[in-house]
Amino acid sequence: METEKVNSLQKIAQEIREDIVRTSRDCVEGVHIGGSLSLAEILAVLFFEVAKIDPKNPGWSERDRIVLSKGHGNAGFAAAMARRGFFPLEELKRFDLLDAPLSMHVDKHRMPGVEISSGSLGHGLPISVGIALSGLLDKAAWRVYCILGDGELMEGSVWEAVMSAAHYHLDNLTAIVDRNQFSLDGPTEEIMSLEPLADKFRDFGWFVLEVDGHNVENLLGAFHATGMNGKPKVIIAKTVKGKGVSFLENKTSSHFARLKPEQAEQALAEIAQAKEQIH
Amino acid sequence: MENNHQSEFVGLSSRDAFGKQLLKLAKDDERIVALTADLASSTRLVEFKQAYPERMFNFGIAEQDMMGASAGFALTGKIPFVCTFAAFASMRACEQARTDIAYNNLPVRICASHGGIGLAAGGSTHHALEDLSIFRTMAGMTVLVPADGVQAAALVRAIMNLPGPSYLRLSRPTEPTIYTEDKEFPIGKADVLKEGKDLTIIAIGGMVGYTLKAIESLEAEGYSVGLINAYSLKPFDRETIRDAARNTQAILTVEEHNIIGGLGSATAEVLAEEGISVKFRRHGILDHFTTSAPYEDLIHHYKLDAEGIASVGRELLNY
Repeated sequence: METEKVNSLQKIAQEIREDIVRTSRDCVEGVHIGGSLSLAEILAVLFFEVAKIDPKNPGWSERDRIVLSKGHGNAGFAAAMARRGFFPLEELKRFDLLDAPLSMHVDKHRMPGVEISSGSLGHGLPISVGIALSGLLDKAAWRVYCILGDGELMEGSVWEAVMSAAHYHLDNLTAIVDRNQFSLDGPTEEIMSLEPLADKFRDFGWFVLEVDGHNVENLLGAFHATGMNGKPKVIIAKTVKGKGVSFLENKTSSHFARLKPEQAEQALAEIAQAKEQIH
Repeated sequence: MENNHQSEFVGLSSRDAFGKQLLKLAKDDERIVALTADLASSTRLVEFKQAYPERMFNFGIAEQDMMGASAGFALTGKIPFVCTFAAFASMRACEQARTDIAYNNLPVRICASHGGIGLAAGGSTHHALEDLSIFRTMAGMTVLVPADGVQAAALVRAIMNLPGPSYLRLSRPTEPTIYTEDKEFPIGKADVLKEGKDLTIIAIGGMVGYTLKAIESLEAEGYSVGLINAYSLKPFDRETIRDAARNTQAILTVEEHNIIGGLGSATAEVLAEEGISVKFRRHGILDHFTTSAPYEDLIHHYKLDAEGIASVGRELLNY
């Protein structure tokens, strides 16, 4: 049963990757492909196993709140939401178009089920702190999941929220850092070093877990881990920018791209091969 | 003589009236939460904190976190009031106000004290002379500037039930009293305090009171001068401004703000778009940074006290 679940989530992650690649092929201008591909397992685990959400009732008051702070990860985020049933998968084909649900940055005015629009970096964690405080005030059972990029940890506003989340003992808050080691201009440790990242969160009073962000079992374990004792939880998910497509992995240039049909064909073939290896 | 109808907010600064009114509202509505960034006492939240400690959140000196968190509260059905100085609400946390709150169309009430040169001795770092301009350009944002304590309390009540975001500018110095009885002031309207044939002065905030005094001396000189309190800077009462401009020889705006982007600009937009040709001047801080001094000295220095406003009005009348 457990293996079946893991296999199923792995398959979903690969399907999200296929969606991202197709979007990157069919779009008008390009998508943030590298930082969307790195999110695939995190999104699969969160949307299909961990978070209590109801696509048929997106405004359900007892739902868990998912905040995509790295709003540019929308090609992956939207694919996960579509696959989970929030809107038809075919809509992914209309990425960026005037009246399409999908756009470069996640937009609650366009896409059903989105908690908050984002795109400018360093905003999601403060917003999540407010949501979590409100949940504690109401003694609510639901949780807040905030998906952060590692690059946006360079924003000071993130660390303001890291402080307040610990100060207010927000153990109903889980932050997930997509630690793919790249921001737009290059490797984070060259642009503005973030390490030792886990120590920083720990010193700020967080419950810290470091996992392989492409390992579904690891992610499940981290999401379900208890023992926070009044601390907010951060899952530092070590990922690979452009994961699953050889010519995009660990490349600065994979930040934003529009794939040519032959590139997309190769990418889809590689993902299909990875999918076949899931047993 | 005791007046039974006199408002309990008479004689209070707008920030004091804000604190008092919010405390009363919070008693009847548990959804109200107050957020501040280490300025609970300055923004008059101390009593709120004592009465409802569980609904008062201090974010420390971290305005961006506070502003973003207020969006989170609004998303979950709370009624958040965000309180800091006007300079910090408008500039330090500007993008959070614009993107997290206004763009997401969330009913967050940004109540910012120390508007204008209110923290006079604090100097330019603590003067807010851009806030009205900044918030006015955010789509969907309501921008309100009460003239005194009674009006501040009324506007706090008005923004309670607004479905969208709002900015309420409050004053540290006590404004001259304009209103003595409680009444409601609709958002989107201006209050015509007095009509005049030669000149109509449109003012906001504490400047309404100083202008009223300025008008006394202008009228003693034989001029007929009107006064409009344009407390709702956005939405702006175009009709009242248009009618005043059509029925008077000159229009003067007075605000404790840079003359760019605030009341003067809003009025100029109406005059230009309505095709009204009238003598017109914007008075306020004339696009420069301000120095520091006690408040009374500072408004005298910048011709924003009664004497200064009268002199600018006289100049315009004789232009």
